[in-house]
Amino acid sequence: MQSKATVPSRPTLSMPDIQWQNYVVYIFFVIVLAFFGFTIGDSGFLSVTNLFNIARTTAMITVIAVAMTFVISAGELDLSVGSTTALAALVAGLVMQAGLPWPVAVAAAIGSGLAVGLLNGFFVTMIGIPSFLVTLGMMQFIRGFDMRVTYTNPVSISNQSFNGLFGSGYVFGIPSLLIWSVVIALLGHVVLKYTGFGREILATGGNRQAAEYSGVKTRRVKFYAFLLSGAAAALAGLLYSGMMQTARFNFGEGAELMAIAAVILGGTSLFGGKGTILGTFAGSLLIGTINNGLIIMGLDVSEQMMISGAIIIVAVAFGKKPGA
Amino acid sequence: MSTHDFLEMTDIRKSFGNVPVLKRVHFHLRRGEVHALMGGNGAGKSTLMKILTGVYQKDSGTVLIDGQPVDVADTTAATRAGIAMIFQEFSLVPTLTVAQNIWLKREPRIAGTPFIDNSEMVRQSRLLLQELGVDVDPETLVGNLSVGLMQIVEIAKALSKNARILVMDEPTSSLSEAETEALFVLVRKLKASGITIVYISHRMAEILTICDRVTVMRDGETVMTEPCARLTVEEIVDAMLGAGNAASFEWQDRGDRHDTAPILQVRNLRLATRINDVSFDIRPGEIVGLAGLMGSGRTEIAETIFGRRPALSGEVVFDGKPVRGQADAIDRGIALVPEDRRKMGLVLDHSVRDNILLPNLQRFTRHFFVRDAEGLQTVNRTIRDLSIKTDGPDKLARLLSGGNQQKIVLGKWLARGPRLLILDEPTIGVDIGAKSEIVDTVRRMADAGMAVLVISSELEELMAISDRILVLHGGRISQELNRRNVASEEELHHAIQGHRAQQTDAVHA
Repeated sequence: MQSKATVPSRPTLSMPDIQWQNYVVYIFFVIVLAFFGFTIGDSGFLSVTNLFNIARTTAMITVIAVAMTFVISAGELDLSVGSTTALAALVAGLVMQAGLPWPVAVAAAIGSGLAVGLLNGFFVTMIGIPSFLVTLGMMQFIRGFDMRVTYTNPVSISNQSFNGLFGSGYVFGIPSLLIWSVVIALLGHVVLKYTGFGREILATGGNRQAAEYSGVKTRRVKFYAFLLSGAAAALAGLLYSGMMQTARFNFGEGAELMAIAAVILGGTSLFGGKGTILGTFAGSLLIGTINNGLIIMGLDVSEQMMISGAIIIVAVAFGKKPGA
Repeated sequence: MSTHDFLEMTDIRKSFGNVPVLKRVHFHLRRGEVHALMGGNGAGKSTLMKILTGVYQKDSGTVLIDGQPVDVADTTAATRAGIAMIFQEFSLVPTLTVAQNIWLKREPRIAGTPFIDNSEMVRQSRLLLQELGVDVDPETLVGNLSVGLMQIVEIAKALSKNARILVMDEPTSSLSEAETEALFVLVRKLKASGITIVYISHRMAEILTICDRVTVMRDGETVMTEPCARLTVEEIVDAMLGAGNAASFEWQDRGDRHDTAPILQVRNLRLATRINDVSFDIRPGEIVGLAGLMGSGRTEIAETIFGRRPALSGEVVFDGKPVRGQADAIDRGIALVPEDRRKMGLVLDHSVRDNILLPNLQRFTRHFFVRDAEGLQTVNRTIRDLSIKTDGPDKLARLLSGGNQQKIVLGKWLARGPRLLILDEPTIGVDIGAKSEIVDTVRRMADAGMAVLVISSELEELMAISDRILVLHGGRISQELNRRNVASEEELHHAIQGHRAQQTDAVHA
């Protein structure tokens, strides 16, 4: 019925208030890990190489998803991140091909991501177009630009410092991609949870009007979220190109949806106001683990897609609060 | 004369977990009466009404309608028994027409086909609305209607389901004075046609105007059922609060402050809407009421002082300097408790703590990081000082009662130690206990030197709290009354309607 079940205003139910729905992503993660461990543990799933492999292949999604958590928590969406990864990769590749030092390439690439974020932020906060539409258009526009700029030709990257730092290297035997994703996730966690900016993001997404009346400059806050998202997508592009030692126009296709799935799986509300970076990290690893396990089981790509899609729906369904 | 009442709810008990919420409730309605149901937050009113409308199930007790036992197992059963609730937050779809809303899920069909008979639907709606005496085109979108008309559509919808008992929860909380009058006319009409109405409201004056009898609940029990004609406001409040607990909702003469320089000076303010030329001053420690009809531009003035709304001409000078935007206003110590706490005052899905901290983040942030421990002290002090009833600082604001939610909004600003506090309709939907606590707090802060501007549609409230009352009429301050010289609510009422108050000296600042 239409009446919202309100909790009686008398001393409320004294049941311990464990909201297990908040931990669904971790529960699923353990279940999935255990399942693959038992079924294909001896086919190499549990080997250190493979676990590192999972971490490496999910690094790009993780980095994008961390920033996406900010955008979604602020009550917006960014669909342009996938094409932006390719844009940044191409920018970095072309700058290095032109003979400039790799730090310049990195700066240019991040700059290109910030530029996309700036445009998204402008159209959403200044013109007032819903972010879904702005970033949908931007996604299309940037992908076209990616194709146009090298006529879909790949740009190979031979600078080994760049490749080592951003994708292919190891530090003390740990893949640099894993380090990147852990560092970004921790950074994101601290910023969202412990800084004034984080609180303002959540307040803006929770109730933009109330946040405004409390003195939060909600447009500025959203603007920063888009900048963050653009920069993170660019970093993901650098990680991609470092791993592949090349830059291609089709990098990050579908990454925006994977990232959104990771964010929502992690327990962030699609409607804003509630977000957790640790959940996002777990969500991203969960998706990566499922894909990896299914490959080792020898499933066809088509079957992988069907199963991972179904798991996402089931996990989100379990995470939903009854009646909410 | 029948030996039984139309509705008899006898010995109703209900517990949540092991907390008894209704202990032994008797609630009887006579056919065709308007029956007020009163009580503080947590007294059990809404639980009782949810049992009546089938949202909750009683643990024990009996419900009889016309002497026949009725099992209100769910909301459908309640509808079948002729019981309907008019919701405080309306349950209409704004993007559908009036007729579509009224007949939602019960649309008449073209005989022998599964297709909806739109013209029949519109015709029946028109008849229904005509009966209610309102001039609404059934083909208008509900979203285009005023709140008052939406409520009438809601009532029409209930009547179309043959409701015999209407439960109205705070029906006037968002209505203008004219709309309230119109609603009262309608209520009397419904009553005359034999409809029984349960009227829940915190507004004493309304209860005494419209209701035949009143039942007061306290702590999960019915403590009194009496004809309204025999009762005074004091007796009702006493019954609600329990003996010896009567509220300090009486006006206190706080003296004049002519000697201090004003902290707020509003000069010849002209706004895009309605406000033509408004000027007034407020001195530190003064509580100034702003009276006027709904839609007279009171809220717009408040928002302009708070820096949220630009003025076409004129200026707002605070502490000697003009206010430049909201950030400036907040920085310099202006606080606004906005009109709609759920929409503008709170992030409902965030905790009490986060809500209180929101306007205070800067103070607790050092080198980018929010110092939660320091913040928590302030939060706990706010909860204690305003006696906010919550299990703890981490409870979601959504789960608190209206009065406690309003205390959060007030508390989050008081934690900043403002020098000017603007309260826009501070006690809508707030029970009498919390209301007098809020009034007490505001008075205490004013005694300590805070200037206060109170906007309210409840004259009773303005009369209780203000030192001076500004009457806004026709886009300007038509009168400025010293509270001491206002003898009754009646007088104030006349002033607001645009008549010069009789025997009242306008005070010139």
